[in-house]
Amino acid sequence: MLQTENVAAFRGERLVLRDITLRVPAGGALMLVGPNGSGKSTLLRLLAGLLRPAAGRVLWQNEDAAADPAAHGARLVYVGHQDAVKPGLTAAENLRFAAVAGGGDVAVGLAAVGLTALADLPARVLSAGQKRRLALARLAVSSALLWLLDEPTLGLDAAAVDRFGGLLAGHRARGGVVVAATHLPLPLADAAELRLG
Amino acid sequence: MKRFQAVLARELRLALRHGGDTLAALLFFVVVVMLFPLALGPGPQLLGSIAPGIVWVCALLAALLPLDRLFGADFEDGSLDLLLLSGLPAFAVAGAKALAHWLVTGLPLLAAAAPLAVMLRMPPAGVPVLLAGLLPGTLLLSLLGATGAAVVLGARRGGVLLPLLVLPLAVPVLIFGAAAAEAAASGETARPELLLLAALLAAALPLCPIAAGAALRAAVE
Repeated sequence: MLQTENVAAFRGERLVLRDITLRVPAGGALMLVGPNGSGKSTLLRLLAGLLRPAAGRVLWQNEDAAADPAAHGARLVYVGHQDAVKPGLTAAENLRFAAVAGGGDVAVGLAAVGLTALADLPARVLSAGQKRRLALARLAVSSALLWLLDEPTLGLDAAAVDRFGGLLAGHRARGGVVVAATHLPLPLADAAELRLG
Repeated sequence: MKRFQAVLARELRLALRHGGDTLAALLFFVVVVMLFPLALGPGPQLLGSIAPGIVWVCALLAALLPLDRLFGADFEDGSLDLLLLSGLPAFAVAGAKALAHWLVTGLPLLAAAAPLAVMLRMPPAGVPVLLAGLLPGTLLLSLLGATGAAVVLGARRGGVLLPLLVLPLAVPVLIFGAAAAEAAASGETARPELLLLAALLAAALPLCPIAAGAALRAAVE
């Protein structure tokens, strides 16, 4: 489903990725591991279409992702290392835009990460872990099949990681694809591993 | 379309929550216009003749104030990535942002311009034309400003670069806008100037969002 062919990418003047060829089938998961600066986040941004590859192609169901970046964007959910949470908006308001774009329901999303009780609190009073959970709630309000996650469990407590594992399993059961960059063990059963750097 | 509305609704809600920032541009406009009678003296002759120019220049500068944060905040906290991945083309994201800037900054400036012009003893005949010029004028400033803000995104000291980039582009808008109000105040027809402003708007309406969208894509790379 998700494929790359000999992808290369620069960060500044430095070639951080070269000849990356990978394939993740429907329902599959891929963990990107490697030391800091090895290009895990860069590869995720490449897969999301935010970054254009210097060489090679990113394919989703045999379609070139670069052909229509907007359409490719609608096919995926990207949770970057930043939470993209607006401190002035409430938790529910923060999630509303993702829910409209993804075609889901805000209440379902908040329930999936256990933030229902905090829905009407401004996001500025949430803790770092709660903000992370709010970012992950974007996964639950989208029907997109490709999830790109950058350090998704950073700052989460054990219960939240368990709940997140449930989300991941449900997503893969309906044929979704997960690509995650991580230093921490993730609740992903039989995931393939790609070592960078 | 529903995604475009969602971006717009999100921008307006954010503007409402950060009411101080939103009001700052309007208050800046009012305060700077009020400095002129203090500096030049309250003589109606002089003030009345330069009133259209004062209102236009001050509106232009006030519209620049919030541009720095138009994309800057979203760029820093990662929200811009999400906007660009929402399924909306980049030009539509930029267009929604420009429209939000106009609703939050341009429209209040337009509303405040009439009483300020009267305060500066502008001949009453010129005031409706001043507003008729400011309507496309503020829209143009939002479009040009959004383009400039997208281009300087990620640049060091972008806030300093932004006025240097946008103000020269806004010069034709300023010339025709002020000339229209001037003409009407002295009893002549302002039709050619207003039509030229409309023509500028017709050109900027498709071009600015496309340019800004391309700049946003380049900024997140």
